[in-house]
Amino acid sequence: MSLTVLTVDDSRTIREMLRLTLVDAGYRVVQAEDGVHGLEVLSGEAPDVIVTDINMPRLDGFGFIEEVRGDPRHRAVPILVLTTESDAEKKNRARMAGATGWIVKPFNPAKLVDAIRRVAA
Amino acid sequence: MDPMAAIRDTFFQECEEQLAELETGLLAMEAGDLDPELINGVFRAVHSIKGGAGAFNLEALVRFAHVFETALDELRAGRLAPRPEIIKLLLRATDVLADHVRAARDGAEADTEHSQAMIEELRTLGPEGADDGQAADEIDGLDFQPIALQPEPAVARSAWTVFFRPRADLYAKANESARLLRELASLGATLTTLDAAALPDLDALDAEATYLAWTIELATEADEATIRAVFEFVDGDCELEVTSAGADSPQAAPDLDIAALIAKAQSQAATPVDTAPAISEARRAPVAAPAPSSAPEQPAGPAAGGTIRVDLERVDRLIDLVGELVINQAMLSQRVMEAGLTRVSGVAMGLDELEQLTREIQDSVMAIRAQPVKSVFQRMPRLVREVAAQTGKAVRLVTEGETTEVDKTVIERLADPLTHMIRNAIDHGLESPARREAAGKAAEGVVRLAAAHRSGRVVIEVGDDGGGIDRVRVKQIAADRGLIAADAPLSDDEIDNLIFLPGFSTASEVSDISGRGVGMDVVRRSIQALGGRISIASRPGQGSTFTLSLPLTLAVLDGMVVSVEGQTLVAPITAIVETLQPKAQDVHALGGGAQVINIRETYVPLIDVGQALGYRRQPLAAGAGVALLIEGEGGARAALLVDAIQGQRQVVIKSLEANYRQVPGVAAATILGDGRVALILDLDTIVAVSRGDQRKAG
Repeated sequence: MSLTVLTVDDSRTIREMLRLTLVDAGYRVVQAEDGVHGLEVLSGEAPDVIVTDINMPRLDGFGFIEEVRGDPRHRAVPILVLTTESDAEKKNRARMAGATGWIVKPFNPAKLVDAIRRVAA
Repeated sequence: MDPMAAIRDTFFQECEEQLAELETGLLAMEAGDLDPELINGVFRAVHSIKGGAGAFNLEALVRFAHVFETALDELRAGRLAPRPEIIKLLLRATDVLADHVRAARDGAEADTEHSQAMIEELRTLGPEGADDGQAADEIDGLDFQPIALQPEPAVARSAWTVFFRPRADLYAKANESARLLRELASLGATLTTLDAAALPDLDALDAEATYLAWTIELATEADEATIRAVFEFVDGDCELEVTSAGADSPQAAPDLDIAALIAKAQSQAATPVDTAPAISEARRAPVAAPAPSSAPEQPAGPAAGGTIRVDLERVDRLIDLVGELVINQAMLSQRVMEAGLTRVSGVAMGLDELEQLTREIQDSVMAIRAQPVKSVFQRMPRLVREVAAQTGKAVRLVTEGETTEVDKTVIERLADPLTHMIRNAIDHGLESPARREAAGKAAEGVVRLAAAHRSGRVVIEVGDDGGGIDRVRVKQIAADRGLIAADAPLSDDEIDNLIFLPGFSTASEVSDISGRGVGMDVVRRSIQALGGRISIASRPGQGSTFTLSLPLTLAVLDGMVVSVEGQTLVAPITAIVETLQPKAQDVHALGGGAQVINIRETYVPLIDVGQALGYRRQPLAAGAGVALLIEGEGGARAALLVDAIQGQRQVVIKSLEANYRQVPGVAAATILGDGRVALILDLDTIVAVSRGDQRKAG
């Protein structure tokens, strides 16, 4: 049974890259386009890992993580934040919100899969 | 296709969408809309382009997007006021960003000088000390250290002692001690000791609390930073001590059998790792009740409001097939009629339903090809800015009806004519700010671009509030070029239409902007090639408006089927106002074989289609046949005389040019139900040619 990864990102390009990379690495991938959509997907899915962007319309990554951590069904799911910012402030905010770890964009497949493996293999 | 290449295509498509959103957002801000979500959207657009560009190593694009993003962040944070000159600068930056995107897409070099100048300008908006070195950092600044899984014996190992005590927060963020210990074990040989002293009795155990700590003796060639990087994600959520135990620990002897060491280390690591999940499983148990394996296997991907991308060829093939279906269905209807079945027979009724279904299929298929004109309209603000800068005129572009949908091919072929017309409107139409003020107008000229659906066609208007057409000058030029006789008595309308003549160009020297060797005649021809018409209305001192009327689709047409000298012809029904049977006393002959017909006290030219197309030499006898009263672009009416009307039918357009060659007076051809080819009339040309003949004859 391969692990399921939920990716939440408003950029189609990044979504497709995540899908390609993760499917190649043997994960089952479900995707959402923003935080609100992510929560909708979560109502019917139980992913093993969530990878989310921060800057998104409707509900951003911080808000999305808080919602997930507040949901008894999903609060123990590792959440990795995709971020282009390498500055500590963004990471801290993500961690305050309950993120498990982060992946700095641009990511290469090895980096992404390694980060997922670190939190959920 | 290589999946990465496909994603690259997606990226550039997405870039275009984001550029459009960026521009739209900035224009809305320029118009005074300061909704924070709008500003966020603008920021996100640039942010996304930067993110994607980074993934494809498009460094010039990343660098520029980064500086742009930094400036927008200032705006978003409210540290920078959205003053008009700032928004104008951001709009220009958008143009440069678009250049970068296109250069990256085509693998070309962006204009670095231009880009660098813009970067400097944008930096003046940003916070102190922001530089694009930061962007470079982000590209290279990978947060993950390479982890050597196969230790090389040549490198000296050193011994470390790691003390690790997680806090509850660590688990609340879904980190796991067991995984961290496993990561650590991957660095080298470990000897792990569990400190379970704090573990209470089972009945006192709080599933959410933490009671365990570990001390790990690690022999590794990794440095302290690498060891600490393992705990990167849990920094602050645990007690962590990393101390060096010296390089000469017995475990780290250089002549140690590495394979045996690893094997030993793994077995050692496995023991404490197995105990660790005890607590995590305990706290997880109530949570993990719905087993992931029981989740229905849903197709991966965005679940809601999906769109798919389809090769255009497939859609066109479908359209072709539906066209054939329409023809086949018409043929079937005819056979049923010939077989003498009545209209109320079951077969005929079934056929009626089939006809309706066919039509619905056709409409639905056509709708697939329809796209909003926005894709063309959104290219225009940039054009306006550029032309305005080149001519030194102040211009505001107003667009309306961007969501109006038209066939994709029509939209694609509209870009060039519209570009040319907007250049013209600014270059020739609008006056200089000084002259406008002298004339009592606002210094800023307005160019209006509007689209709307009107009676089964799409009407696009390009208007300006400039000086209007200088009719004296236009007539003079036309006379100078020998296009008209110097003393030709022309109405204002006819003078305005002179600009569509081949070889006419009002600019005395070919200017940089409107020049480029094409005139309005080329614009008119490309519109006509789309089955469209163009007309102009101009009022001195108030401006000119060009009106394009285009078919919604290039594939079908509602036609009036008529016969002329035994030939079956089709007239587009959209142009027909009414049909009438001319009475002999209403028809009057003018000189040169021309005729007019009196319709309710107005005289309109009467043109015999048979004669115009050369089917017969002599016109029909006065009072015979049926006249189609048509209204051309600009409202000019004419009556076309045909022998008889057969009926009204939707026909599938087959290009005559593609299959044979262009024939004046014939727009295209179609296949009728009986399998015969019928020509589709180009009514405007027939009228124009007949008038021309009259003029020459006169």
